[in-house]
Amino acid sequence: MGMTITEKILAAHAGLSEVRPGQIINAKVDLVLANELSAVVAIEEFGKIRGTNKVFDPQKIVIVPDHFTPNKDIQSAKVAKKVREFALSQETLYYEVGRMGIEHVLLPEQGLVRPGMLVIGGDSHTVTYGGLGLVATGVGSTDVAVAWALGEVWLKVPPTIKIEFKGKKKPWVSGKDMILFVIGRLGVDGGIYSALEFTGEAITELSVAERLTMANMAIEAGAKNGIFAVDAKTEEYVKNATDKPYTIYESDPDAEYAQMITIDMDEIEPQVAFPHLPSNTRPISQVGNITVDQVIIGSCTNGRIEDLRVAAGLLQGKKIHPRVRCIVIPGTQKVYLQAMKEGLLETFVKADCVVSTPTCGPCVGGHMGILADGERCVSTTNRNFLGRMGHVTSEIYLASPAIAAATALAGKIISPVEL
Amino acid sequence: MIEGSVWKFGRDIDTDVIIAGRYCNLTDPVELCKHVFEDLDSTFAGRFRPGDVLVADANFGCGSSREVAPFVLKAAGVAAVVAPYFARIFYRNAINIGLPIFEIPGITQEFAEGQQIRVDPATGRVINITTGQTYQAAPFPEFMEKIMAVGGLVNYASERLGGAVNG
Repeated sequence: MGMTITEKILAAHAGLSEVRPGQIINAKVDLVLANELSAVVAIEEFGKIRGTNKVFDPQKIVIVPDHFTPNKDIQSAKVAKKVREFALSQETLYYEVGRMGIEHVLLPEQGLVRPGMLVIGGDSHTVTYGGLGLVATGVGSTDVAVAWALGEVWLKVPPTIKIEFKGKKKPWVSGKDMILFVIGRLGVDGGIYSALEFTGEAITELSVAERLTMANMAIEAGAKNGIFAVDAKTEEYVKNATDKPYTIYESDPDAEYAQMITIDMDEIEPQVAFPHLPSNTRPISQVGNITVDQVIIGSCTNGRIEDLRVAAGLLQGKKIHPRVRCIVIPGTQKVYLQAMKEGLLETFVKADCVVSTPTCGPCVGGHMGILADGERCVSTTNRNFLGRMGHVTSEIYLASPAIAAATALAGKIISPVEL
Repeated sequence: MIEGSVWKFGRDIDTDVIIAGRYCNLTDPVELCKHVFEDLDSTFAGRFRPGDVLVADANFGCGSSREVAPFVLKAAGVAAVVAPYFARIFYRNAINIGLPIFEIPGITQEFAEGQQIRVDPATGRVINITTGQTYQAAPFPEFMEKIMAVGGLVNYASERLGGAVNG
């Protein structure tokens, strides 16, 4: 019997010829990621492991301070300092402020995550990298610390849910809308303990950026990982980023799936996830009249140059609504520079938008755009739980860069079609 | 043996509601405890009695991989969390840091706030002392039992490296 791409990658890293869903394996990791918040706890736990005080392989460990950086207050500065000192003393890969980006935009760009790898990270959106045909999943700080020591992680092989998209995207529908649609259909635990494998003609049409966007939100359906097949687009992306080798795996025709879901692209309009769950989705035509105070364009979900181009295309030569604060956050320094060269940053500033240095910032309620009581924000981020971006009575609506930009212009949630 | 009062929670209790992102640069458990469940109920931290048990609905702990989520519950004195099932990263983190969690389908409607509960971590037997009903939690996978038997994942790693294990 055949295996899915996820099973093949896990088997290869566990040194096994095959694995089955439910099986517990001990797998060698190719890369262990942490940000400053997960790293500071992992450093404590690492210190308690007897038998080593050196990480297993510094070149397979990357630390990216991105959540509350540039340091938002003294406590955050302390955390960043402790993490910096550890990274430097252990000589791990480390991206300092001014060189870093939002971790899940940065790592693919730097060629650190490539097809066929097994990557774990102290951040739930580590699942993003599945967009490049590898297995990537989020773990807690203790798992990170143990991986730092052993270079291994224990995993339960997930069953795979195959999601096939038939047909072509309707206008203004992006990868973000497709994944919001899936989460709306599955619910926040519909993919629990499972691998989500995205296939179909509409998937092959997606840019690598959109695949990364989709994989990024697999966790919002409770999944262990999200994954795409490797194709010419993937290879072009990876080869542009690095000369390092990679391995292409693909699902066997006779692989077994726990569930097969077919979605007709005709069903998908641009989506908006209402407060306070990513699964609380509505098509744009059923949103009603929702005025907003703030718009965020950026994040590990939609902070890539392709996302900024979409937003800038709509904001070009215009001014956003007088009541709206629109904060644009390029995902990395490279994205920032590219956006500058293409004139996008000028478009944003002339449209009265804020342009920020790369940071997770407002997404996780840290800084760079926190909400007051009763305020509403449309955001290209991935989570809208209660109180996440500020006051407990504030509201977050999740959407694509196109919807976000159109909303910033109108002062209420609309489709670009209505502009 | 775990014994205490029941605090009821709904489904999809997410990690932001357990401990808001804005507090995730705190590492001192005493500081973190003050903010547990703050956005759900700002009085919870002051009212919760160490030793009591949470009985929640499906998908408890969904969202972030932040270990502070089970950590703050343990630090606040939550003796156990019982739910039909847990979000996967939270489940794993809870075991790694030693927060006792138990999965029992349909358990949510079997308990009301304030009732007395007894949980035997050795057997997974759960009793509603107020009603007299007993329930059986699903056993942990064998591998997880091994981790718990050596006192957690850090000890497991220490053993693997041939180092002395902590108490």
